[in-house]
Amino acid sequence: MTATAPPSPRPLPPLGPNRRLKLPKQAERTLANGLTVIAVRRPAIPLVELRLWMPAGRTNLARGAMLAQTMLSGTETMTSVQIAAELQAVGGGLSAGIDPDRLMLSGAGLVTGLDRMLEILAEVLTGATYPGKEVGTERDRLVDRIQVAQSQPAHLARTALLRRVYGRHPYAVQTPEPDHVRAVRPAALRRLHAERVHPAEAVLVLVGDVQPERALDAAEKALAAWNGGGHSGELPPAPPLEPGPLLLVDRPGSVQSSLRIALPAVPRTHPDHAALQLANLVFGGYFSSRWVENIREDKGYTYGPHSLIEHSVAGSVLVAAAEVATEVTAPALLETTYELGRLASLPPKPDELEQARQYALGTLQLGMSTQAGLASLVSAYAGNGLRLDFLAEYAARLAKISVDEVAEVAQRYLAPARAVTVILGDAERVGPALSALTPVRTEPDGAE
Amino acid sequence: MAARRSRIPATKYPVERFTLDNGLRVVLTPDRSAPVIGVAVVYDVGIRSEPEGRTGFAHLFEHLMFQGSENLEKLAHFRHVQGAGGTFNGSTHHDYTDYFETLPANALERALFLEADRMRGPRLTEENLRNQVDVVKEEIRVNVLNRPYGGFPWLTLPPVMFDTFPNAHDGYGSFDDLESATVADAADFFRRYYASGNAVLAVSGDIDVAEATELIGRHFGDVPARPAPERPDFGEPDLTAERRQAYTDALAPLPAVASAWRVPDPITDFAGYLPYVVLAEVLTDGDASRLVERLVRRDRSVTSLGGYVGFMGDPFDVRDPTALLLQAHLPPGGDVDKVLRTIDEELDRLVTDGLAAGELARTQARMATHLLRDTDAVLGRALRMAVLEQQRGEPGLLNDLPRLVGEVTEERVRAAAATLRPERRASIEVIAGGAK
Repeated sequence: MTATAPPSPRPLPPLGPNRRLKLPKQAERTLANGLTVIAVRRPAIPLVELRLWMPAGRTNLARGAMLAQTMLSGTETMTSVQIAAELQAVGGGLSAGIDPDRLMLSGAGLVTGLDRMLEILAEVLTGATYPGKEVGTERDRLVDRIQVAQSQPAHLARTALLRRVYGRHPYAVQTPEPDHVRAVRPAALRRLHAERVHPAEAVLVLVGDVQPERALDAAEKALAAWNGGGHSGELPPAPPLEPGPLLLVDRPGSVQSSLRIALPAVPRTHPDHAALQLANLVFGGYFSSRWVENIREDKGYTYGPHSLIEHSVAGSVLVAAAEVATEVTAPALLETTYELGRLASLPPKPDELEQARQYALGTLQLGMSTQAGLASLVSAYAGNGLRLDFLAEYAARLAKISVDEVAEVAQRYLAPARAVTVILGDAERVGPALSALTPVRTEPDGAE
Repeated sequence: MAARRSRIPATKYPVERFTLDNGLRVVLTPDRSAPVIGVAVVYDVGIRSEPEGRTGFAHLFEHLMFQGSENLEKLAHFRHVQGAGGTFNGSTHHDYTDYFETLPANALERALFLEADRMRGPRLTEENLRNQVDVVKEEIRVNVLNRPYGGFPWLTLPPVMFDTFPNAHDGYGSFDDLESATVADAADFFRRYYASGNAVLAVSGDIDVAEATELIGRHFGDVPARPAPERPDFGEPDLTAERRQAYTDALAPLPAVASAWRVPDPITDFAGYLPYVVLAEVLTDGDASRLVERLVRRDRSVTSLGGYVGFMGDPFDVRDPTALLLQAHLPPGGDVDKVLRTIDEELDRLVTDGLAAGELARTQARMATHLLRDTDAVLGRALRMAVLEQQRGEPGLLNDLPRLVGEVTEERVRAAAATLRPERRASIEVIAGGAK
């Protein structure tokens, strides 16, 4: 090789000045029937996004799942195919989903079809009929879908973690058993609809290429007649995490282990929230975190490890998840515990905090930059009693968090002593090494 | 039912194009409605260009492009993007590999610096290679080996439909091939395919065109010029007799099937190709579509059904040869033969009786919504324009797609359906080995 001077290193260009978070134009109205409507203008494309959040705490699991599965199956005047076709005609679509907090109808369509989408939505809300044949079809489909889910390691690991974390709380079981689904009849769905699908405490969010006041008028015109008293099930607060032996769920023949760790967290409005978000980023909440750099980029144990604070109405929890090769399951846990312990006992470096802070602030801008992102954000906030202006407050708080505050929350929330750990994998192969690290309790897959 | 027809709207994203002296093509599409940008670099090399004995190499190489470059240590790329408030990724397709970031607008120059630096040369070391082989193996385990229906049908159908290595092989790669890859292979792959003349850079969002042009010249201008390699013709003759294979998936609880038929060349015969893209939606988009109504709702012979063009569901970023696919999951004990026969019957009915009033228009309206929604994110726009520039020299086609989809006539859709004959069909069946 000839002796040429190495090229002089090129410096990383600096960032330009941060742009201030600018909230889009919005309006809100509470209709006489109790429905809250929030409209946000983002005119970049000629579409409108729709999210209807209805409280669904304490809904019977199988009936709730079937309600979501069949809500769009027919009304007095339209069959399921007609509902879909009429929505499609305005470039639209609606889908329903349920979780322990909320029943949600979501969709999007051409903005020229907003009135029509709202009309169809109103007809479904006030007149869904749950026709017997459609309910039968959807019942079988849901049972099949649950069976497929139950063969997915990610689903099984999640199921085991929820049960371990929530004990007797309604959050503990979130997927119904096939037999319970098979027993659901149309009459039960009509009853549940009458009881739970009502406007009080519901929030409709519309985001798109439409003046907010005009969107509110359209929603009021279409939905003012939606009524029916009902109840919304209050959920008890989620129980605190109870650390204990590692729960090893046996899945013989697994070529990977699914590692799940739950740690305590706080709601968005809690004074520790912003600092905990940053501590989570430093630990494992984004790619440039200690955990990802360690178990993926240094050791190659895993492909997509990540940690995330999950906010629910009755409580928040931090969940760290990684799928790791069977033969390195115990070493991966060891490194995970090491990273949690290191963050809980030593303050992060200032540049680590700055990087996490910029990421947190930047992704707020990115999340708001599409109609769909904005709609989901506004809806998630509204479901927890917050409005978009919380985003500006939150950004201001993120900007001020110090190294000491991150160290303090890390010690309080991320200490490995507080962790609840579940691993799904081949117990015979991974059990002995795990037992060398921590007490282990082994369960067969699918244990009640 | 009212056959109302929605007017198909369009976007008017401005497009600026130029080519640097080193052959790098650039597309800019400014939009100042939010303070964010999307940056995409697309290289004209994908799974089909992998050498024999090196299955999975294009994807493995994508991982290596994140492992440091001329002026950047390992891990620096991630830290600099995320430390600027952005997100990043890359992906490997049959005909291209992309690298991209979405960032607050004040990070434009940083993103250009990072992309230019790895275009000049990634750090290809033994240690990084071994590490990323391990990571890719975990990716394959999580997406294919440890879960039911892993790789169905995108990995399992091509070997039934195609005969040549480029089109038929497993793009995720075998563990043997991945493990035997060398740093020399990687260096060779970079030299050959990651040439400035084989790449397109697209930037979208909150940019000033003059400023962005200047910054691009500053950072990419001295990337050494290397011409694009000659792209081989990957064409294969169409099937003349039905092909059908089956395999047992030990984890799958329910049977499944996927079928595919070859379609016209997406690039050289776009007008002939587009009706197939519309046909896939007429057949499968939602509860009002033909096959969902018949197979899911009426016969209850399948529990879910999907249809699309391109093995990765990518009708506007794939080259010839490609296919229209239909895939379905069946209830326990479901009869795959019967499902395939019913699909044939419904295709015949479509050809003979044509579409119902309003059926085509509503399908097109919904396709327009999907297209517009995908381009709402600055990154979606940059990526699509980069690929349209690379494969067609026509990034502005993005603005025209909703209208062009809307102009496809019933006659063209019927004619497309008429070609989906059993003797041109390749199918792969999943036998449920995990049924309880």
